[in-house]
Amino acid sequence: MTLNLFYFLSFLGVLSALLVVFSKNPVHSVLYLIITFFVIAAHYVLLNAQFLAIVHIIVYAGAIMVLFLYVIMLLNLNQEAEPHKTNLIRFAATISSGLLLIILVGSLKGTDQMIAQTSSPVEVGLVKSLGRVLFKEFLLPFEISSVLLLAAMVGAVMLGKPDHIKK
Amino acid sequence: MKTAQGIPLDYYIWLSAALFAIGVLGVLYRRNAIIIFMCIELMLNAVNLLLVAFSNYYSDSSGQVFVFFIMAVAAAEVAVGLAILIMMYRNTKTTDINILNKLKW
Repeated sequence: MTLNLFYFLSFLGVLSALLVVFSKNPVHSVLYLIITFFVIAAHYVLLNAQFLAIVHIIVYAGAIMVLFLYVIMLLNLNQEAEPHKTNLIRFAATISSGLLLIILVGSLKGTDQMIAQTSSPVEVGLVKSLGRVLFKEFLLPFEISSVLLLAAMVGAVMLGKPDHIKK
Repeated sequence: MKTAQGIPLDYYIWLSAALFAIGVLGVLYRRNAIIIFMCIELMLNAVNLLLVAFSNYYSDSSGQVFVFFIMAVAAAEVAVGLAILIMMYRNTKTTDINILNKLKW
């Protein structure tokens, strides 16, 4: 049952990821990417990482993809007059990413024999245990990431400002 | 060798490798800078999925905390990147990355 659910979610995820690349309209790409993100969140639930699944939906589907849609709307990119690469470059891109897939799968194939599985299945993905780790061992990186977000906000405002205000 | 839900770890490796390769394909295949950005997000998510799978398999919370930080960095990256993209559109009136070839050798 769980395995069938995994197969279904994986198929849906890979299909919508391919449609992100191959759909002509950028708005359709964004919508397919949202489907991919929901599928990945479902995978997180399947892996007992409920907290990360919720955070993933809030951050990606709620914030990042809305930002993408806003930018596409601002730039008025919904027409299908898309720049396209030549067929030779497309062929080379397909071949090289296929080779990368083969290399990744081949090099990571025997990994589960290398890791000794721990016998005690603790609930690592729940908010309680994750919060304890986050606010004890990873407290300093957590604080520093707030500085990173502040810097990103300042940078985005500076970059997005029109030129005539700067003078 | 299975995760707690009876799914072998290899399946997650294959799925993540496939999603990562699709992201690389998109970066190489398309010329629209926004699509390239979305494919970079796809690659980040493939890595996140594999980190969560390893974390669950190994019963260690550190992997999920890493995913949390990767999400924060991705949000910052998207905010700055889209601001750069709007700047680029304002100056060149296109999002075609082949316009930006001044630094090309």
